[in-house]
Amino acid sequence: MNVITVEHLFKAYGPVVAVDDISFQVEEGEIFGIVGPNGAGKTTTVECIEGLRFPDRGTVTVLGLDPRTEGDRLRQEIGVQLQEAALPDRIKVWEALDLYASFYPRTVAWAELLEQFSLAEKKEAYFARLSGGQKQRLFIALALLNDPRIVFLDELTTGLDPQARRAMWDLVRQVRDRGKTVVLITHFMEEAERLCDRVAVIDRGRIIALDTPRNLIRRLGGEVRAIFTVAEVAFTTPASMVMSTAPAIAAPSPAVVDRVRQALAGVPQVTKVESAEGEVVVHGQGTDFIVAVVTRLGAAGIYPQNLRTEQATLDDVFLALTGRKMRD
Amino acid sequence: MMRAWWKLSVIQLKLFLREPEGVFFTVVFPLVLLITFGSIFGNEPVPEFGGRGTIDVSVPAYIGLVVAISGLMSIPVSAASDREKGVLRRLRSTPVRPHAVLAAWVGVFFIVTALGSLLLVLVGRLFYGLRFGGSLFNMVMAFTLSTLSLFALGFIIASVARSGRVATVIGMATYFPMVFLSGATFPWEMIPKKVQTVAMVLPLTHGVQLLKGLWFGEPWSAHLVNVAVLLGTLIGGVVISAALFRWE
Repeated sequence: MNVITVEHLFKAYGPVVAVDDISFQVEEGEIFGIVGPNGAGKTTTVECIEGLRFPDRGTVTVLGLDPRTEGDRLRQEIGVQLQEAALPDRIKVWEALDLYASFYPRTVAWAELLEQFSLAEKKEAYFARLSGGQKQRLFIALALLNDPRIVFLDELTTGLDPQARRAMWDLVRQVRDRGKTVVLITHFMEEAERLCDRVAVIDRGRIIALDTPRNLIRRLGGEVRAIFTVAEVAFTTPASMVMSTAPAIAAPSPAVVDRVRQALAGVPQVTKVESAEGEVVVHGQGTDFIVAVVTRLGAAGIYPQNLRTEQATLDDVFLALTGRKMRD
Repeated sequence: MMRAWWKLSVIQLKLFLREPEGVFFTVVFPLVLLITFGSIFGNEPVPEFGGRGTIDVSVPAYIGLVVAISGLMSIPVSAASDREKGVLRRLRSTPVRPHAVLAAWVGVFFIVTALGSLLLVLVGRLFYGLRFGGSLFNMVMAFTLSTLSLFALGFIIASVARSGRVATVIGMATYFPMVFLSGATFPWEMIPKKVQTVAMVLPLTHGVQLLKGLWFGEPWSAHLVNVAVLLGTLIGGVVISAALFRWE
């Protein structure tokens, strides 16, 4: 069942087109990601859905309601964590929850939310004294106070350290597991990839791709890379010398890359062999890519060291779609 | 929505009390002025004040001071910094009505202003034998009109200031000339005639004149100009800030 339907949404600020003909649906119970670089139109799109902004053209339906005319009823049914929104510095954690609870006719007990978001011992703390992670946990708790059917989370983990970010991802999954639909806005591709069931990639006000992260990667990148070093001295000097003279960081010599290339010639899964940052990088595709590469290298007497593999990411997808890197 | 308004008011009051500057200028500073001048001059009737004492003429004037600080500083700074920080943006995404937020601001700062004023009256009465020649009802009306009028002016500042800091600057730039020239701090009788003419453009001057006049039992009819200017400021302030105020 669709809980959000957006059709031909268009919104401009003066001459600047923020959202240019965007359409998509969000299904109940999924984590739907809206990703793209800063300024791509993500937040404007979501604000039109939340009823905070009115689109110039196009229609939005959320839980069967029109945000433009039924904004009040809609706000009872959604929970919102806004980018760049805050609380007064000297409001205490419990006061914020108590205050926001008074805005809704029906709420969950905020004491439970405090426990659940590990804020119980910060109950009496001023908002300004909280860490970045604690602030964001409080914002999610506020967004869940009215037991909403849809929760919007805008740039939830921006500014958090990796550990806090991972903890936040677990919390978002818990929210979804309680049957809520989550709309997650992020410019952080890894987050979308780890968390979202489906992702809309937005660039310059348009959706340029919409699918599950796995399908996007398979369709547009689909690439696997095997990265390793080869102790090239082994080719020319006695084995006893290897330990003392092994060149660790220097780029592999063209001879080494050539040898690898020759060894892998004719392997259908391999598309390209190159050297990068002191390592040999073999590009290819397919589930048996690694086995094929390692088997063929071994047969040729080349033993890859420090071997690791890299899958394509949504960052690669964005690059493939736009020719630009996300962070440019 | 009553519950939301009530909680908003309680929080707003707590936040105000947690900011030492606000409490100092609204409550402590006028009181210190009163006690300082009361200790120097006492409250003996003097001819310069038409047979009244220093405290008698100071209390209604200092009430104007309290009204001005709430209207020109507390309200604009609080509203503009809430907007700057995104507090208002967050509130807008809930079902709470903007009116409830506005009513909480006005209600809380009205009560704070009233309490600060009452404290002046009490201290004047208990320690300096403050004389009062008017009616309580008229005083409450005059106080309410002056307060709402200055609050409306404050919301214009809150509407044009993009940040709390800008609101502080504009607030100060309005507050200081007004409190010095309106008779709220220096007795009106001591202000040179030419300056008085200029000071008549300031809404606070009319607030202080109205408060002082009714304090000594003068009739409303003697203060029609004051009432007209204050009403005009109130209506103008409401209309302008309703058109200009932004929640984000």
